[in-house]
Amino acid sequence: MNVWDWNFAAEILPALLNGLRVTVIATVLGSVIAFALGLVLAVLGRGPRPVRIVVRGLVEFIRSTPLLVQIYFLYFVLPGFGIVLGALTIGVLALGVHYATYTSEVYRAGIEAVPRGQWEAATALSLPRGRVWTGVVLPQAIPRVLPALGNYVISMFKETPLLIGIGVLDIVGQARQVGGENFRYVEAYTLAGLLFLLLSYPAALAVRRLERRRAVR
Amino acid sequence: MIVFDGVEKRFGDHVVLKELSFSVAPGEHVTLIGPSGSGKTTILRLLMTLEKVDAGTISVGGRYLSHIERGGTLVPADEKHSREVRKKIGMVFQQFNLFPNMTVRGNLIEAPTRVLGLSKDEANVRAQDLLDLVGLGEKIDAHPTQLSGGQQQRVAIARALAMRPDVLLLDEVTSALDPELVAGVLKLLRDIGESTDITILCVTHEMGFARDFSDRVMMFDGGRVIEDAPPGKLFTDPDHQRTRDFLQAVLNH
Amino acid sequence: MENLGTFLSVLSEGLPETLTATIGGIALTIVLSLVAGLALLSPSKTVRVISRIYVEGLRGTSEVVQLFWIFFVLPVLVGFQIVPIWAGVLVLGLNHGAYGAEIVRGAVQSVPRAQYEGAIALGLSPAQRMRRVILPQAVVEMLPPFNNLFIQLLKSTAILSFVSVNEITRQAQQVLVPRFNPQAFEIFMLLLVIYLVLSLIITAVMRFLERVAAARVGRRPSAEARRQAAGAGVA
Ligand SMILES: Nc1ncnc2c1ncn2[C@@H]1O[C@H](COP(=O)(O)OP(=O)(O)O)[C@@H](O)[C@H]1O
Ligand SMILES: [Mg+2]
Repeated sequence: MNVWDWNFAAEILPALLNGLRVTVIATVLGSVIAFALGLVLAVLGRGPRPVRIVVRGLVEFIRSTPLLVQIYFLYFVLPGFGIVLGALTIGVLALGVHYATYTSEVYRAGIEAVPRGQWEAATALSLPRGRVWTGVVLPQAIPRVLPALGNYVISMFKETPLLIGIGVLDIVGQARQVGGENFRYVEAYTLAGLLFLLLSYPAALAVRRLERRRAVR
Repeated sequence: MIVFDGVEKRFGDHVVLKELSFSVAPGEHVTLIGPSGSGKTTILRLLMTLEKVDAGTISVGGRYLSHIERGGTLVPADEKHSREVRKKIGMVFQQFNLFPNMTVRGNLIEAPTRVLGLSKDEANVRAQDLLDLVGLGEKIDAHPTQLSGGQQQRVAIARALAMRPDVLLLDEVTSALDPELVAGVLKLLRDIGESTDITILCVTHEMGFARDFSDRVMMFDGGRVIEDAPPGKLFTDPDHQRTRDFLQAVLNH
Repeated sequence: MENLGTFLSVLSEGLPETLTATIGGIALTIVLSLVAGLALLSPSKTVRVISRIYVEGLRGTSEVVQLFWIFFVLPVLVGFQIVPIWAGVLVLGLNHGAYGAEIVRGAVQSVPRAQYEGAIALGLSPAQRMRRVILPQAVVEMLPPFNNLFIQLLKSTAILSFVSVNEITRQAQQVLVPRFNPQAFEIFMLLLVIYLVLSLIITAVMRFLERVAAARVGRRPSAEARRQAAGAGVA
């Protein structure tokens, strides 16, 4: 038996690509949650003292514990509260919430980089609080943090295989399935790795270019 | 002791030194003066092999700095050769460049033990002697960051002397100091100049010091030596208008 | 709450594996980070390219895939099976070492040029310059991002449950949940708290080292450097 079988590789490729589709969907939806929720957490993190303490504590807790355990947590605990969701939905939620704690730090750094004078000028103009955020602070903070957010999307993409823990058939789930059925893992896992590299490496290069473009400006 | 022969140095398209030739005798004290950007630092950095020449040769004590002779022709030397020649040359920088991860003692014994192969005890004795000389004997276990700028610079001078160099390069060693600390460092340099036979090449804007410290002063402009004379002559009766203008500007700042 | 004692004792049976994976992984990460990080700065192009391939290859693929690859594919290629826990240490070290290499490279490059020149002027050899002058200063910059990296590594040990290493996550999911399903909330909360405590221990150790290293270069540990590390984040 050869170590590498091209025919078998070709045979399992459609299943892997199907899994890749699931991986990409989970990443995109997870990112949407992470971007939105992270911004909320960042803004709340600057709110009144009690809110701030609770939010920062929660962020710290989620950041310091494994995403896989958080996935299991939602999967096994939510039904007890009468909330029954599909595995992929739970996975997307867990990815989104976990990465929101990272993006909130990114937003926070971006917000703090907006000079004090901008806040003072907005206050001097008596802009309403909401408008200060949407009209002055965030438009300056967000462009600055885009590369960092991009890096987290790539990280999330590489962490979606954790969803196989609750039976989601993403690319690694598919690889594990077709590998197990045929007792041949070499092609399945090698292809899975290459597909990851194929998407994430160009993405990483693009983010680095964006970073450099921002650095020179 | 030091011979520059047809030296050229470029940074990209910018020619900083062209066809530069001069020599310095053993034990001589030579001061380089000239407007900012005229290439004075570059000369010292070439001697310290921190930069490489683009054409021409430099030799110190009869040995080429960055070339070796092989079969009658000169070929570029390797890092090992450079390191060998460097042992005889010491340099004190404008910004001191003490190592912050070591105490004063560590800064002074590092190279003697690791490069010259002195024992720890020998190096420690040497360090203590030199610190006494620069007036910082009790600071041997202090941290560089706990010292004033003037004290740091004196430690840097002691560090260079600990290698017992034949040639000492001083690049505007008082420029980064507060005015009240300058005199102490200059006095130390005068003492060293009088009590040793080290060849000293010095870049400074302290004209009073240049005058009584140097045997010779070289005026630089546009990458060339435009005047080379004993200080008595150069400071009182320079041959070139350019030198006069420069001295005027420096003395009246 | 009456089963809390049972939960704790079952979970703690997984602690040795979790700790072995974490400590072993961190040790391997440190070694690989230094080797690959310095290789990225090597004067030899070949060395730089090899290191670059390692760094990009490991950062470009998923850690879970790397784990399965080493566990299922490597044995086919080399002819013997690796003990799961050591396969785990290997993957954790290889993966985080690739991120650590960039940390080391960045920190070494952040040491001012003047320090190199000071070392050259004293005649130190290239190896002496790096070991005695540059690295001790670079370490101060490295420690805060390494703190983050080690916490990432601790969190990653949970994936070893996929290859039947009986670490604490597997103890919860395979042993406790099937028996006490209605108490899943308590089980996983307890598990999360254990991870939190472990990560706080890592942070405490790293902060201590930061203070030691900063004192050696005569600085206070910079809160700014740590904050930047948190914002840049490696995941
Ligand atoms: N590393 C470098 N890269 C490019 N240009 C340099 C570099 N170092 C020095 N120069 C240029 O060389 C010229 C001479 O510099 P320098 O020797 O420092 O002058 P001085 O010490 O007389 O003020 C200046 O025009 C400077 O801009
Ligand atoms: Mg200069």
